[in-house]
Amino acid sequence: MDHLPTLVSEARDAIQAAQSVAALDELRVRYLGKKGEVTALLKGLGKLSAEERPAAGERINQAKQTLAEEIDTKRAQLESIALNARLAAESIDVTLPGRGQAEGGLHPVTRTLERIEGLFTRIGYDVAVGPEIEDDYHNFEALNIPAHHPARGMADTFYFDATRLLRTHTSPVQVRTMKSSEPPIRIVCPGRVYRSDSDLTHTPMFHQVEGLLVDEGISFADLKGTIEDFLQAFFERDDLSVRFRPSYFPFTEPSAEVDIQCVMCSGAGCRVCSHSGWLEVMGCGMVHPEVFRHSGIDTERYTGFAFGMGAERLAMLRYGVNDLRLFFENDLRFLRQFA
Amino acid sequence: MKFSEQWLREWVSPQLDTQAMADQITMAGLEVDAIEAVAAEFSGVVVAEVLSKEKHPGADKLNVCTVDDGSGEPVQVVCGAPNVDVGQKVPFAQVGGVLPGDFKIKKAKLRGVESRGMICSASELGLEEETSPGILVLSAVAPVGADFREFMHLNDMTIEVDLTPNRGDCLSIKGLSREVGVLNRLAVSGPAIASVSTEIDDSFAVSVEAPEQCPRYMGRIIKGVNVKAETPLWMVERLRRSGVRSIDPVVDVTNYVMLELGQPLHAFDRDNLQGGMVIRMATPGERLTLLDGHEVSLRPETLVIADHSGPLAMAGVMGGENSGVNENTQTIFLESAFFTPLAIAGQARSYGLHTDASHRFERGVDPQLTPIAVERATQLLIDICGGQAGPVVEALSVKHMPEERSILLRSARLEQALSKTLDSDDVTDILQRLGLDVSIQGADWAVTAPTWRFDLAIEEDLIEEVARIHGYNNLPVRRPAARLALRSSDEAKLTQSQLRRQMVARGFQEAITYSFVAPELQATLLPDAVTPVLANPISADLSVMRASLFPGLVRAMEYNLNRQQTRVRLFETGLVFNGELDALSQVPMLGALVCGPREAEGWSGAKDRVDFYDLKGDLESVIALGGEADAWRFEPAEHPALHPGQSAQLLHNGEPAGWIGTLHPQVRATLGLKMDAVLFEVRLDALSQGRVPAFEPLSRFPEVRRDLAFILNESTPVQALLDCAKQQAGEYLQDIKLFDVYSGKGVAEGHKSIALGLTWQHPSRTLNDEEINQLVDSIVTQVRVKLDAELRG
Repeated sequence: MDHLPTLVSEARDAIQAAQSVAALDELRVRYLGKKGEVTALLKGLGKLSAEERPAAGERINQAKQTLAEEIDTKRAQLESIALNARLAAESIDVTLPGRGQAEGGLHPVTRTLERIEGLFTRIGYDVAVGPEIEDDYHNFEALNIPAHHPARGMADTFYFDATRLLRTHTSPVQVRTMKSSEPPIRIVCPGRVYRSDSDLTHTPMFHQVEGLLVDEGISFADLKGTIEDFLQAFFERDDLSVRFRPSYFPFTEPSAEVDIQCVMCSGAGCRVCSHSGWLEVMGCGMVHPEVFRHSGIDTERYTGFAFGMGAERLAMLRYGVNDLRLFFENDLRFLRQFA
Repeated sequence: MKFSEQWLREWVSPQLDTQAMADQITMAGLEVDAIEAVAAEFSGVVVAEVLSKEKHPGADKLNVCTVDDGSGEPVQVVCGAPNVDVGQKVPFAQVGGVLPGDFKIKKAKLRGVESRGMICSASELGLEEETSPGILVLSAVAPVGADFREFMHLNDMTIEVDLTPNRGDCLSIKGLSREVGVLNRLAVSGPAIASVSTEIDDSFAVSVEAPEQCPRYMGRIIKGVNVKAETPLWMVERLRRSGVRSIDPVVDVTNYVMLELGQPLHAFDRDNLQGGMVIRMATPGERLTLLDGHEVSLRPETLVIADHSGPLAMAGVMGGENSGVNENTQTIFLESAFFTPLAIAGQARSYGLHTDASHRFERGVDPQLTPIAVERATQLLIDICGGQAGPVVEALSVKHMPEERSILLRSARLEQALSKTLDSDDVTDILQRLGLDVSIQGADWAVTAPTWRFDLAIEEDLIEEVARIHGYNNLPVRRPAARLALRSSDEAKLTQSQLRRQMVARGFQEAITYSFVAPELQATLLPDAVTPVLANPISADLSVMRASLFPGLVRAMEYNLNRQQTRVRLFETGLVFNGELDALSQVPMLGALVCGPREAEGWSGAKDRVDFYDLKGDLESVIALGGEADAWRFEPAEHPALHPGQSAQLLHNGEPAGWIGTLHPQVRATLGLKMDAVLFEVRLDALSQGRVPAFEPLSRFPEVRRDLAFILNESTPVQALLDCAKQQAGEYLQDIKLFDVYSGKGVAEGHKSIALGLTWQHPSRTLNDEEINQLVDSIVTQVRVKLDAELRG
């Protein structure tokens, strides 16, 4: 019993000297375990007198508690050292690039088409598509462009035979939609179109988005509002000036070309806008009654508007691409810029 | 159409500067493309008279002249022009003057003779592009000492308008000034045109056999015409400023009247005409040598002007070489006619021609101009070339003349269409100034369209006219209102956009290639493809429609490999075209191509090249989007573009839906590609067919897993083993995993070991060993029987 202080002091030294959690566990067993040296003292209490017993018991228990606390403290210390060592050993260079497949990207034309579709579908337009090899009827006749109409010279058409051709615009999709559904009609028609023209500013294939809205009471003011909203939203410029110039398309009457203030120079005049301050970006108009007649829509009850734009042109203006031909070369160095 | 601003301003002259007027007509729908000064900058040039001319003592080709430049003293000048002569009025650049190109005129000595100034040619003054052969000789009445720019009215602009095909009426000064007049609410006035008095009785018979195509034909003989007369400078200048070159006075006058009034005219040499004029359709195979020297074989739908010996001109398009006016012509037959737009439309183009005349007739020439233009041209011709006019001969078929178009413009409709109430008097004024005959009916306007406006036929046309003149940008703006109706949405369908984005997530760049490809390339990849061929391709390289996305993707790969891009991952969506035109399919596909290293160059990546399984994994990830992977199968099959041992046909619900495989080594060699590639293409409609998820309750009972390894013949597809195992595994099979493929040591030559992990689970109880063992036995037995394969020992 008298060697308790010695035992405690010895145990304390051993605990402090322990180098590992395992060594500490051994010490716990040695002193505090069932057969431990301090535990053994408790067993020896029976030899003491009843008067001595409580005080001695308390001293032993206190010593036991003290040692247990010291072991826990030491354990926490050792665990923390061990963890730190492990963390140090496991540290990596986090500035190395991540592993795995590099990201791809959408083509800028697709990106533009999806953006345009999104702007219109969000307010209730549907997306409609159709065949690219079309017939004369859907590409021309039904759009009020009869044979020998001078407007046929406006679009140089790729033909397969006398009546089959590559569509020169996505308007045939509008015709097909009007024939197969009832007003109100709200659609946008994105897709590939073809014209036999190839130079710095023309490719024989390009993309259009055309839109059509047919309902009761639709006026030229609705057309103007829709186009202005669209262009301001597309270019994310609330103050973008938009102007409407009378023009001619056989399938609309009245017809207009739409100019926006040049987005490159903000209207000051630059090479892109030929120093006019304006950029022609799309065509539009009120649907010609003849087109409605071909589609069986009552021209007294319904009116509507249609518009069309070139996706490449808008993509060039939006992303600053300066050469149309880049769109179809599929050069990865070009494509990666739009990821 | 190009026109001179000054010329237009003689008809109508608004208080606007050039740019403002150009902007105004642009905003009225006549788009101004260009504005250019009619002469370059120069100064110090005056009208002078040549007083004397003597040979230069030291040079054969030079003359020493004195001129009166209005300064009071004769000025000595050395001149090298062969045509200089005493008495001429000439443009004279005085010392201190500056010619185009900043060429300063100084006192000089030419071969020892003093020269103080320069007599100028047209090209030296920037009035002609080609170098002129001699000095410019001015009219005898030109006032000596007058500033040359002012005398020539050179402070003028050429304005070029790009007219839409409906506005043929604006292809003249008369038509353009009408527009400017309406826009500014100004009166328009042109030169007075009176009938020329006939001095001779000579005439020439005209018979129209095709009155539908030529409802009105007029002509007259003008005798004693001096074709060698000079076209006056003012006319040459106006033609030049309109982009027309001076040829001879007869041609110049016909061109001038066409530019002024819009009526194309033609002059024939009377002495080359036989019998009488016949306006008829060509007989098949008839030949005609045109003014431009080309001989054409005429088709029966072509209208010709003929005499009794044969065709003389292609009506409304171009005259013939042998019947036109030449330098010996003395008597002309002047033609002014109305050919219907439909008779001329497409004709010129079908012969590869496009002329000022056909351009106008196709769009519509005012049939009331026919007689006016005859008189105007006759007067100008007689003024310039002399001669005596005979009576005008006319063939008119009233019933074939364009019908009068009466249109009702309802004020309610106008207001509805524009969302604006316009002042009714203003509308009336606009319509009247445009030349419409207006009668007011209550609130509405009953109008008759003018004979020059072929584009006005219905109410909407009038709405456009009113809106256009009022100004589109002065009209209100609003947003269309629509009912908020929900529409059904097919949840099982994947959008193209979702499929594309999955490809992007798998590291692919999207390509867009032309839908037409080179026939050789297509034939190499798809020798059996039948696909439409363009009749008028832009080039042979882009002449057949693609039957597959492979040709475009392979080309794009090649393009990139040639630009040091060695790792290519591309995809494209688009239509492919198969079959003859009458049985054509146009099917949207998703295609992809990979070549080069599996991973982008980096610190951790393996340097392995991509193979079939890489791309298959990419495709499976797209298929998995729809949640219906079980609907798809990869069947070993041969495709001409693909390696026969590394290609599969895709089946979707048993239907062919696409192909995947490694590019055939032979094809690769033929195309000279630097690398192997793996490609697929799949129908988008099949890919977009997914499913709506259907919940199955989760089982609380344990899973049982058994791993089985089979030794299969090398040639037996794994799919067969999987099918067989699935078939025998019973309804509680949850999953089947293929976790090992091995061949080599321990497996007999020509065989492979395939290890499957099968997992079962019952929804409502624990499966016991016995039933699982039974299932395993049945799998092993079936595999043995069907596939001749054994469980690995």
